[in-house]
Amino acid sequence: MIEKALKGGSGYWAWIIFLLAIIGMGGMFYVQQYNYGLGITGMSRDVTWGVYISQFTFLVGVAAGGLMLVLPYYIHHYKDFGRITILGEFMAIAAVIMCLLFIMADLGQPIRALNVLLHPTPNSMLFWDMIVLNGYLFLNVVCGWAVLHAEYKGVKYARWVKYLIYLSIPWAVSIHTVTAFLYCGLPGRHFWLTAILAPRFLASAFAAGPALLLLVALIMERTTKFRVGQVAKDKLVTIIGYAALLNFFFVGCEFFVAYYSQIPGHMHTLDYLFWGLSHDGHTYNNLVPFMRASMLMGLVGIPLIFIARARQSGGLLALSCILLFLSLWIDKGLGLVLGGFVPTMMEGVTEYYPSVQELGITAAIWATGFFVLTLLYKVAIEVKLEQEG
Amino acid sequence: MKKDRRDFLKVAGLAAIAGIGAPSAFNMLLKGEATASEQSAAAAGQGEAVAAPTGKRWGMVIDVRKFVANPNLPAKCVEACHTIHNVPNFGNPKDEIKWIWPDKFEAVFPDESHYKRHEALHSMPIMTLCNHCDKPPCVRACPTKATYRMKDGVVAMDYHRCIGCRFCMAACPYGARSFNWRDPRGKDENGNPFIKTVNPKFPTRMRGVVEKCNFCVERLALGQIPACVEATGTTGAMVFGDLNDPNSEVSKVLSANFTIQRKPSLGTYPSLFYII
Repeated sequence: MIEKALKGGSGYWAWIIFLLAIIGMGGMFYVQQYNYGLGITGMSRDVTWGVYISQFTFLVGVAAGGLMLVLPYYIHHYKDFGRITILGEFMAIAAVIMCLLFIMADLGQPIRALNVLLHPTPNSMLFWDMIVLNGYLFLNVVCGWAVLHAEYKGVKYARWVKYLIYLSIPWAVSIHTVTAFLYCGLPGRHFWLTAILAPRFLASAFAAGPALLLLVALIMERTTKFRVGQVAKDKLVTIIGYAALLNFFFVGCEFFVAYYSQIPGHMHTLDYLFWGLSHDGHTYNNLVPFMRASMLMGLVGIPLIFIARARQSGGLLALSCILLFLSLWIDKGLGLVLGGFVPTMMEGVTEYYPSVQELGITAAIWATGFFVLTLLYKVAIEVKLEQEG
Repeated sequence: MKKDRRDFLKVAGLAAIAGIGAPSAFNMLLKGEATASEQSAAAAGQGEAVAAPTGKRWGMVIDVRKFVANPNLPAKCVEACHTIHNVPNFGNPKDEIKWIWPDKFEAVFPDESHYKRHEALHSMPIMTLCNHCDKPPCVRACPTKATYRMKDGVVAMDYHRCIGCRFCMAACPYGARSFNWRDPRGKDENGNPFIKTVNPKFPTRMRGVVEKCNFCVERLALGQIPACVEATGTTGAMVFGDLNDPNSEVSKVLSANFTIQRKPSLGTYPSLFYII
């Protein structure tokens, strides 16, 4: 089955070479980082996590988003998702691989990573995160591959696969819940210390994951003979739209609690993210344009995606998916993690700017994800097209 | 209709599984933490130990008045600690590593910093170091037990086990932890070593691990007091001792003075007390 990834047109190979080039560039930057230390990044004593961990956090959401395809298809027998459920599972694989790579890139001593297994520590949320992420990767690799291989052979998949698929559904919820618990269980970081963090993570995940999937589906409609079908696309719009709405409702709740209570610790980070925070005669606001853009793209994207569906406009649909994906990416993949470090634990403000090397490594890990995604999707749609003759 | 019922049963079944699963997972989590503490109580130095009700329980009182009276004292404490522990100086705040340092009142005690606070509080040097909490959030967060709480109250680090994930730095509400962003054993562009003179009695660290004040655990083992306390000499600016011993100097100072702690509302139970 894997041989299907080895045959393709010139466009396919150009894309593969493009991704490999980015991965190679990032690999060189990683050698630099490995030799110099994490000081080569923009992280500091005050902002100890940067783009690596924020990308990781966001991509856990993309991985969990696959749930929104698996659940309707396998639990509710929603047949119209028959062609894209596998795409959701394969997207989860690519996303989890990126998550694990981002964690590795962020470790000060990556060669000691297995200490987490050697000295298992159940009171650490990072220990649980490792378990749920690797478990989710395993479940999706096994289920996705087994189901697709059965289709390739023209038979129904084995019974045991079904049970693993059922297991993968709560498991998807767990990966993003535990990832939220990394943040919301830390005393002293007011911005993260909120019980609504896990629900908010899930809501944004269920919008961002399917939005990316729908976008890829629209691209594949242009570049391949594969069609996900109008009904499935329309249904995805419902899922994305409502999940995004829920996310912004949760964000609104955070705003209310902070600004109605007027408790400084609760307001500081939101001030910093959306208006700029004054401290010792200096205003710190390097994330303000991003956060405002995120808010704007989200609030435009939600009505736009429903309008796109009503008008059956592929162009508008793609645009609204891009807006929503970018909005949620900035919200969680930038503001959430970086914002948590402002103000510092000594009531100061330190701003973070990623370094060139850091951005290069980040781009390379994204490219690795898209590389895995491309290979898996190539196999999946070739098998699907073959079966349909 | 029939199909609807089947769907409902499946969803209900799934919900039930989740319902059963969640509490048991929670129990497991709690139990996990409990076993970790029990183990540590047995084999001292593992995981999160409960405060020892008997035996040694180290604590410190910092008398800020004495630091105000002796303006050269803060630098002396920092120098003593950082020299003994081979703390590198990178010369910039981004890579900075510090175990003990003087900071502003409003930075150390944000909850006590109301808008009519006394003029004297604005320039006061407050010595800041690891609080050696009874319930340390850093120890809870560490995924490898590289940082752990000993029975005598010291929160210590194993530099050889640390994977450099910096979860402890996010978890510490006191900003007490530093990370080796670059090789502390290296030299700057001009060839000056980051550690001016290496103390061979204490290990230097490697790149990519977290470090912090260790309450001079290596000196306590030899019956000595922490280096910063020693540097304050006879001023009484820092009093160190056994909190469980009612006759120790630290216990007497604590019972005779009004003291405050950093962020007590977080429930970390620091071993440091301040007289302002």
